[in-house]
Amino acid sequence: MSATVSERDSSAPNPFQPPQSARGIQRQFSNGCLVVLATLFALLAVGVLIYLLFILNGIRYINLDFFLNLPTPNGEPGGGMGPAIQGTIILVGLASLFGIPLGIFTAIYLSEFGRGRLANVVRSLVDLLTGVPTIIFGLFAWVIIVVPQQTFSGFAGGVALGIIMIPIVARTTEDVLHLVPREQREASLALGATEARTTLRVVIPAALSGIVTGIVLAMARVAGETAPLLMTAFGTTFRNSGIFQPMDALTLRVYNFTLSPYQLQVNQAYAGAFVLILLILITSFTVRWFTGGFRRRF
Amino acid sequence: MAFTVQHLDAWYGRKQALFDVNLSVEPQTVTAMIGPSGCGKSTFVRCLNRMHEEVPDARVNGTVLVDGFDIYARSIKPRHVRQHIGMVFQQPNVLPTRSIFDNVAMGPRINGTAHGSALRELVESSLQQAALWDEVKDKLDAPATALSGGQQQRLCIARAVANKPQILLMDEPCSALDPISTLQVEELIGQLKESYTIIIVTHNMSQAGRVADRTVFFLLGKLIEEGETKELFSHPHKKETEDYISGRFG
Amino acid sequence: MQEQVTVSGERGVIGRSLDWITTRFGKKPTDLVFRGITLLLVFIVIATVIGVAAVLVVYSWPTITTFGLSFLTNQAFDPVHNKYGVAPAIFGTLYTSLFAMFFAIPIGLLAAIFVVDFCPRPLRIPLAFFTDLLAAIPSVIIGLFGFLLLAPWLQQTGEPWLQQHLGFLPFFQGQIQGVGMLAAGIVLTIMVLPLIIAVSREVMLTVPTAQREAMLALGATRWEVIRYAVLPFSRVGILGGVILALGRALGETMAVTMVIGNQASKPSLSLFQTGYTLSSVIANQFGEATPGIFLSAVIEAGLIVFIITLITNILARLLINSMQSRGAKGVRV
Repeated sequence: MSATVSERDSSAPNPFQPPQSARGIQRQFSNGCLVVLATLFALLAVGVLIYLLFILNGIRYINLDFFLNLPTPNGEPGGGMGPAIQGTIILVGLASLFGIPLGIFTAIYLSEFGRGRLANVVRSLVDLLTGVPTIIFGLFAWVIIVVPQQTFSGFAGGVALGIIMIPIVARTTEDVLHLVPREQREASLALGATEARTTLRVVIPAALSGIVTGIVLAMARVAGETAPLLMTAFGTTFRNSGIFQPMDALTLRVYNFTLSPYQLQVNQAYAGAFVLILLILITSFTVRWFTGGFRRRF
Repeated sequence: MAFTVQHLDAWYGRKQALFDVNLSVEPQTVTAMIGPSGCGKSTFVRCLNRMHEEVPDARVNGTVLVDGFDIYARSIKPRHVRQHIGMVFQQPNVLPTRSIFDNVAMGPRINGTAHGSALRELVESSLQQAALWDEVKDKLDAPATALSGGQQQRLCIARAVANKPQILLMDEPCSALDPISTLQVEELIGQLKESYTIIIVTHNMSQAGRVADRTVFFLLGKLIEEGETKELFSHPHKKETEDYISGRFG
Repeated sequence: MQEQVTVSGERGVIGRSLDWITTRFGKKPTDLVFRGITLLLVFIVIATVIGVAAVLVVYSWPTITTFGLSFLTNQAFDPVHNKYGVAPAIFGTLYTSLFAMFFAIPIGLLAAIFVVDFCPRPLRIPLAFFTDLLAAIPSVIIGLFGFLLLAPWLQQTGEPWLQQHLGFLPFFQGQIQGVGMLAAGIVLTIMVLPLIIAVSREVMLTVPTAQREAMLALGATRWEVIRYAVLPFSRVGILGGVILALGRALGETMAVTMVIGNQASKPSLSLFQTGYTLSSVIANQFGEATPGIFLSAVIEAGLIVFIITLITNILARLLINSMQSRGAKGVRV
């Protein structure tokens, strides 16, 4: 220890505690602004969400009638959204019928087989699909199905929704397939299995939870779509009579009743919105729960 | 500036990384920290400019007196400490979106210590101290990423020096560099020590032998031995030191 | 694939033909079938994408040939007089989207900075969950909020207050109706905000610690670290996210349709005016459209929306991809 290690010289200024300067104040101010604004805005985003969830108080309009009955004309009491709920279920089912296989096999192509230019083109096209406003798909289905058949139909609605599902399913599936280690495929092929068997029996099962997640998210997404159904399924206030006839959907009914002059129908709109939000809450929560989203890398 | 470390402990969450480290360092000397991977030498050096506490869940206990002032005093802000105790990192971390000039000028700019022509002179002298001026004087506005690895590290040294620190901490500054750049930086350290107190972490014992006046040996978070470099390497007092130096582990 | 082997150990007819296929095509028959199915489905997807574009062009052809570029400048969408133009619709789309971006960008960016830099650990996951939730709320529900709650409030409280205190600005002049550009702008902001937060957050998380440390070691404040290290490094990705959000705003249909009033006004800077957007034109006029020029006009509106969102989408992805090639982790939006 040398003698130059000093005791505190109390008259010397502390270089680590400089006197307050204009510059220092300005820096502290900017920094403070940042903290305040950032926190404020984050709270704002959350606040908006919580406020929107207030719509959950539409629950007071929910009763058994709601789930079973047809809408009553002119907002008479006792109506419900039975056909609308049934319609949404059917439409999502139809959409899944189209969207899931197309999405999964596109993902299989991109992940397992696709090479070179064609694969890049396909990938770009799928990405392109995600950015298109969904009403456009409604127009498309209208042209190729509703017009030739001369009728609005749940089938057309299902097709429009199915197209929306394709890129969602394809992207999440492809991401998850890429995560399956190459060694697993090689091991399977080395044992003499065909590519088909390798993909279907080895790779996909390994990626299954991710694929299911993607499918569930896609289904929840299309359950909330309205615009593409406006010109395909069109909606109806009568019982749904088959998929080749106009079909009602929860979103269509909510849209319709929100703009209605009859208070009872507006109340029903709240109830319908409640069901939709509940669906979204449950899906988001469940998906996160099962993919460990609550134990994340943060 | 001289400094003294007294009873320094440090944790990463629950795991203690430094145990009761005590050390004194003379001004205008080069002190090397050596020891096997994970021995705590980097952690120790990061405690000297209060960088360790930026890691989430990190904790420090103890006293670090610089010219008699405890930098861990409650009333002192870490950023003021870091203005006077500069750091050069293992990988050159130039700001890629800014020019060579802007990189060096960043410290004085944010701390408001120089403007206009004074700033330009400061940048020039810093680049000269880093032995980089001749190579870049014609392209000060070029992006910093246009430089080679060795040049970028010297740019980082210039950047640290532009803040006019009294102490310069260097965390394995040559480990990402080729042998020629390494020698250039080592030469630089020899010149810089006239103006700054330098602490250098190195896993390369011959480097310690070349540049350092004193060497400190760490093992498992404890300061095992400390002494004049030639003495430490030829006549180590502790067995662990001797084992490490003779390569029995490392 | 079972091998077709007879009792005596020889391969039978079926087995030999399958072997021939394998030798001839380099793959076993099962694989050929599998690949065939895969390619077929991929082809259907490609056909669908091309089909959508083709249908839009073909069915808007009548109006394209009749009005040409004047379709974009004609002031009225007038079925009665068979004169169609989407200038007001384009104005409505741009005005509301720019409004939304004007607010969503600073709010979203700062909220993302909060999540990345300031957020206490236990709050991180709930916050991420909430942001995802906000993004998942269906458009029609935001529309319900807008129409039943926001618009009446704006009419009674919000807009009068603005007119009273800031009425010297052209934005806050004009007749107060509740529904209109302001309501639509607010609703779009809500829809676009989670997207900006999500992309900005992802992009900022990829900034290497070494960059932040470089600034910290110079004595920078938190804000200075973000301003000089984090934001410059991630600016390309954030820009990509912003453009993506813009694309979303430009194409948004239901929520906007429900609160924008859907009535032509003389285009002005007033936020209180009603109007319509390209998508709301489609949503509203579709039911009325008679085959022929009317319908073709509606579909051409769709074509324009399609092209606009295509361009923003491509631009955004180019930007985000260029960030990835700089070594940032994949940002999937």
